[in-house]
Amino acid sequence: MDFNDTPEESLFRAEARDFLNAHAQLKNDSEPRAESETEYLARAKAWQKLKYENGWACLNWPKEYGGRDATAMQLIIWNQEESRYDVPTAPFAIGLGMCGPTMIAYASEQHKREMLPRMASGENIWCQLFSEPAGGSDLAALRTKAERVGDEWIINGQKIWTSGAHYSDWGILVTRSDPTVAKHKGLTFFFLNMRSPGVTVKPIKQISGDSNFNEVYFVDVRIPDAQRLGAVGQGWQVSLTTLMNERLAVGNAGGADFEDALALANAVKLDGAPAIRNQAVREKLADWYCQSSGLRFTNYRVISALSRGATPGPENSITKVVSAKKQQDIGSFGMDLMDMGGILMDPKRVPADLAFQQNFMGAPGYRIAGGTDEILRNIIAERVLGLPPDIRVDKNVPFNEIPRGS
Amino acid sequence: MNFEFSDEQNLLREQAQSFLADKCPLTAVRRVLDGDQPNDAQLWRGMVDLGWTATAIPEEFGGIGLGYLELCVLAEELGRSLAPTPFSSSVYLATEAILAFGTAKQKARYLPKLAAGEWVGTFAIAEGAGEPARSLKTKAKKGAIKGTKVPVPDGDVADFAIVLAKEDKKHASMYIVDLNGGGVKREVVPTLDPTRSHASIRFNDAAGELLGKEGKGWIQTEKLFNRAAVLFSFEQVGGAQAALNMAKQYALGRFAFGRPIASFQAIKHKLADMYIANTLAHSNCYYGAWALSTDASELPIAAATARVSATEAFHESSKENIQTHGGMGFTWEFDCHLYYRRAKLLSVNLGALPRWKDRLITAIEATN
Repeated sequence: MDFNDTPEESLFRAEARDFLNAHAQLKNDSEPRAESETEYLARAKAWQKLKYENGWACLNWPKEYGGRDATAMQLIIWNQEESRYDVPTAPFAIGLGMCGPTMIAYASEQHKREMLPRMASGENIWCQLFSEPAGGSDLAALRTKAERVGDEWIINGQKIWTSGAHYSDWGILVTRSDPTVAKHKGLTFFFLNMRSPGVTVKPIKQISGDSNFNEVYFVDVRIPDAQRLGAVGQGWQVSLTTLMNERLAVGNAGGADFEDALALANAVKLDGAPAIRNQAVREKLADWYCQSSGLRFTNYRVISALSRGATPGPENSITKVVSAKKQQDIGSFGMDLMDMGGILMDPKRVPADLAFQQNFMGAPGYRIAGGTDEILRNIIAERVLGLPPDIRVDKNVPFNEIPRGS
Repeated sequence: MNFEFSDEQNLLREQAQSFLADKCPLTAVRRVLDGDQPNDAQLWRGMVDLGWTATAIPEEFGGIGLGYLELCVLAEELGRSLAPTPFSSSVYLATEAILAFGTAKQKARYLPKLAAGEWVGTFAIAEGAGEPARSLKTKAKKGAIKGTKVPVPDGDVADFAIVLAKEDKKHASMYIVDLNGGGVKREVVPTLDPTRSHASIRFNDAAGELLGKEGKGWIQTEKLFNRAAVLFSFEQVGGAQAALNMAKQYALGRFAFGRPIASFQAIKHKLADMYIANTLAHSNCYYGAWALSTDASELPIAAATARVSATEAFHESSKENIQTHGGMGFTWEFDCHLYYRRAKLLSVNLGALPRWKDRLITAIEATN
């Protein structure tokens, strides 16, 4: 039991560090930026392009599609190293983490050679068009209609919660092509150009006031049949490939964490003494430390399994459930420590640059996005513990005969 | 990065599992619960014969010099099987105390006997309800010990105890006391978990032999408890996993409203929460095992982290196992209460949760 790299891993890490040191600044050394989304995107694209040109983009993808055939362990080492630097990667997370692997599994060879390197180099940004107003946790209840006309498909309907749709060039899309068969059987999967006529993107204003997600409307949008991924009616199987990769991509909630809460408890007073001297405060901090530590070492166990070439177990499935709740609790706790001033949304008047307020307003979304707390518990119960699935009243019923609410 | 037990350690785990499945099924635990024996003597002899009591003792003192990772593996399996033996008192507490604070002469005298299972040792600190640090009454005067310790784990069967006694208001020291010697009276006391026997021991000018430095009893206790906490945490996680497994098996086989109750989300989410708590605790125990086995400076943090999360995991899993069983879980006949009892015993035996949470933050503060 040790924390050290193998000699090969250590060489690879040094190589990654050399590249990063030459081209990026450590997070701790960097100044906060005030920039528009357009400026941020331009910086992100430039960083992605630089990585691509130097062999540091999409490491685990095959070389011919823009990657470098790296092992899972090398990808982890790169991610560990890159995360220490102040570099913009967020706009590519969904494309490279979910759309790319789906394309690799299902697209034609010609499309893979054409589309994937442009995704890897940051030239194109991709989004994932899955959730609908009627299909969230129950994704297969989606209604966006696909009708075949000759060599094309005509798409009508609406998607929602689509991250980054407003700046994406391409998207992967799951639709209903046959409403007369059971719901999981009538789905068909495509990729499409987001600039196709009939596509309208409308940002959603979140409770925090930010807009990271969109509604996307489709009115008679035409997609060539050649852009179908998987067989007609096989859309659910293709979606599972994407979702499997989502679970690898969606991880720790981040935000203000134990260290921030500890620093705040040292900085503010409670009953005339530093809050950290209060036993209730200390016990809460201890709980969060144990959760963070438990997640960190669970992750180490997964990495260890990868390092010796094994498939990791299901342990990591707990990360989002634990960290999203912790993010919310720490946000609320931090604001309580600020007492009556806790509601102030002015970084000049409260400590920690609004980190706790941002936790508080962001965590509700994190507990829902990429699998709700409840769906993740179902996954742990069914896939990890082997408990039976819920009894489904819509099983084997033609989709157009399933009761729906208003 | 290698944050896993080695193949050899996993082989030891398999051997321990098959030995304990054979010699320590829950029926054996129940025999101690319902009978008048203090522990399962046959099981204990079997463990000694396998060399488990000698695991972390160096070869020069009659041990087999394996190490703490191996001891952690055994602790997890003993916790899983709720083994009713004095292993933890003799190995995690008495052996560890003598290894850490004993003179060469004391090590040569006690360790070979402990390794061979000829002697059972224990640690005597508690004096009834309340935190011992605030209320220690047992006194030491020129090596003569006077006072009452209760509850002392395995105090009824142990050959010697390491007793914490005070010289004055501020200073306390550890003393080795022969429990079969003069001035010692002991009786079995009823506790929440009768599968692990405890005694009340009255010392009336019993002869005590200083262990470690005079006046350093509290610091030594803290060091000892950091080491023992990691080992007990593995027992707790083993027990927590067994309780989750029991709940799962029952939920799969129990039908209500025409379906297995394991198909209801209320039950599935309950079991998922048990799994989450157990996984966090297990991973923190790995950190504790690493710190213990490498004598890392992080041990106080790692031990408290393992202790807190393992205590919470075993509590969660043992109480929700009863809940999953419904009314049957509340009967003496079903085994759910065995885990519930053991979970509470192990949650207070080295000091309760609020104290360990406080220790954790104190240890983190000390590094800043």
